[in-house]
Amino acid sequence: MCLTMPVQNKNVIEVEKLSKSFAGKRVVNELSMTVARGEIFGFLGPNGSGKTTSIRMLCGLLTPDSGRGSCLGYDILTESGEIKQHVGYMTQRFSFYEELSIRENLEFIARIYQMPDRRRLVDATIERLGLGHRQQQLAGSLSGGWKQRMALAACMLHQPKLLLLDEPTAGVDPKARRDFWDEIHRLTATGITVLVSTHYMDEAERCHRLAYLAYGAILAQGTPDELLAASGITTWTVEGQDLFELTEALRKAPAVEQVVPFGGALHISGTDAGRLAHSLAPFFEQPRWRWQPSKPSLEDVFIHLMNHGQDNYS
Amino acid sequence: MTLKPISLERLSAVVWKEFIQLRRDRLTFAMMIGIPLIQLTLFGFAINSDPKHLPTALYSNDHSAFTRSLIKSLENSGYFVLTETPATEAEAQRLLALGEVQFVLSIPVDFTRRLLRGEHPSVLLEADATDPVAIGNAVMALNELTKSALRYDLKGSLGYLNSSPAPFELRVHKRYNPEGVTQYNIVPGLMGVVLTMTMMMMTGLAITREHERGTMENLLATPLRPLEVMLGKILPYVAIGYVQVAVILLMAWLVFDVPIIGSLLLLLACVLVFIVANLVVGITFSSIARNQTQAMQMSFFFFLPSILLSGFMFPFRGMPVWAQTLGELLPLTHFLRMVRGIMLKGNGVGETLPHLWPLLLFIAIVMIIGLKRYRRTLD
Ligand SMILES: Nc1ncnc2c1ncn2[C@@H]1O[C@H](COP(=O)(O)OP(=O)(O)OP(=O)(O)O)[C@@H](O)[C@H]1O
Ligand SMILES: [Mg+2]
Repeated sequence: MCLTMPVQNKNVIEVEKLSKSFAGKRVVNELSMTVARGEIFGFLGPNGSGKTTSIRMLCGLLTPDSGRGSCLGYDILTESGEIKQHVGYMTQRFSFYEELSIRENLEFIARIYQMPDRRRLVDATIERLGLGHRQQQLAGSLSGGWKQRMALAACMLHQPKLLLLDEPTAGVDPKARRDFWDEIHRLTATGITVLVSTHYMDEAERCHRLAYLAYGAILAQGTPDELLAASGITTWTVEGQDLFELTEALRKAPAVEQVVPFGGALHISGTDAGRLAHSLAPFFEQPRWRWQPSKPSLEDVFIHLMNHGQDNYS
Repeated sequence: MTLKPISLERLSAVVWKEFIQLRRDRLTFAMMIGIPLIQLTLFGFAINSDPKHLPTALYSNDHSAFTRSLIKSLENSGYFVLTETPATEAEAQRLLALGEVQFVLSIPVDFTRRLLRGEHPSVLLEADATDPVAIGNAVMALNELTKSALRYDLKGSLGYLNSSPAPFELRVHKRYNPEGVTQYNIVPGLMGVVLTMTMMMMTGLAITREHERGTMENLLATPLRPLEVMLGKILPYVAIGYVQVAVILLMAWLVFDVPIIGSLLLLLACVLVFIVANLVVGITFSSIARNQTQAMQMSFFFFLPSILLSGFMFPFRGMPVWAQTLGELLPLTHFLRMVRGIMLKGNGVGETLPHLWPLLLFIAIVMIIGLKRYRRTLD
């Protein structure tokens, strides 16, 4: 008889050195991380970096080859049954029944979790997500964004304590995305914890803490500001004419690591501030361009990490 | 918190979902009803048809008025048409082996002489019995002929030869398939075959489809237990199976006049066990297979021996021992014995039980294998 009560721990997720290989290829490599209660934790990283695999190990869908960890105080290796009761997992790929309507899908989930007062709960969920006029539509005939919104509604239906969201807003329009993030912030205020993977930088900025994954390992971890500070990147913004011509010239200049067009401007960044300024000096004098030092964006930081991650790997 | 192995609420959720999916999948639904109808119509009418004008070779070295009458009356029966007159015995055999003719009629050289002497000579009819149903009626008609064929030739002073026993004897020699399968055997058997095929195919795809469509990831992330998923996918098909059985029994009764001598209730109870046995096989294949193609292949791998070794196609007692042993492992074998017993012999519970417990044992074993092989993770 082993009756484990979830400890009222500050950390909802605690994992240590989780590893997973597929066909001899290490996909997650000694992943260690903690997520505190009420936190929005962002999972970032290039395609194939192991985000989905890590999330699946957290909720018992994949068995780690080595390492250990707990989720909501339950052991991820032995107590996945309890974890599943209290975790809402939204899959990256749409995994509801296309031949069932929105309402039927939600009702199915509500029945599986044995939710009391099912009808009202489903009604309320449909109402809250603005799916009211489409509730009888078959899920398979929904547009991509609506499918995402339905999946999101479904994984929150059983009022989980921890949400594991794998790219929940991929293909969702800006207004719905903003609504979604407002909802997430509202939920975390009530003590719910959210782990969310995303490729959107504006979403990364809305997380409390971030982990940047590459080749199955966490390359950087912290609040968005900490990550910006730790990256040591200096960025300049330039506006004016003939920017394309300038881009070509700058890419050849030493110490310039990134030249990224942003609308009518270019962001130029590098890690060595002194040498960067030196490289740019000849261009400063030209009157057709206006130069300004600026704050690096998270995107600059991640692209920097991505380039270096690759170096580390090979 | 304790976790019960099965929750009726979650189970009913899966059943409910499966029913909706089934209802929306019109083609599958139509197939489930269509397959028994088509199979029974095809098989049923083939069985009941009474083939006539069967090609016959005559190998005769005795040409007399009597033999001519004999041949004439054969043709008049409507079942035989003389298509070949081989010169040698060997050639006659070749025709039969090739299937060019269905029968070879051999009249011995001294037939007339011995007939007149009252020695009751015999005529040999060799039949290609690979399809026993095809020759059954023809052979029956022949037996009548021995009495009447020579009625007009044996008159006056020869009239005494007309008295019984018949003036000559007809020996029928069934070749290639000494045991005959009667038509009543086939309709109950067909019920078993149709159920095996459809039940196993449908559930065989049930779990692999969830894997292929990606919906399994969601199911696995919920508290659903393997038993709930497997049972939930089986139960809707029990209802479908019964619809098929109703179609078959109605047709058997209305169209083919197959009797149900025993208890209908007992029959339906046995059918339930058999349906579950096949569903369990299907769902187990489904939890072992990696994709739908593999599941289909496994189903066929199981389906073929079921047809060949269960006694549906060939008489069970005619098979070699190893084949019989294999056959004993198949649910269809036991089902055929039960159903033929109940429908045709009027067997009761006592005679049925010996064939029922192997099925129950089969269900238990296969279900355990299925549960063990059910993948609880995406690994
Ligand atoms: N079931 C599997 N079998 C074999 N390889 C797999 C399997 N699942 C994932 N992989 C491999 O593991 C690596 C990481 O995949 P994963 O889906 O975790 O990446 P990701 O970070 O979620 O990527 P994305 O941003 O594209 O969603 C990939 O190289 C992928 O090919
Ligand atoms: Mg992914």
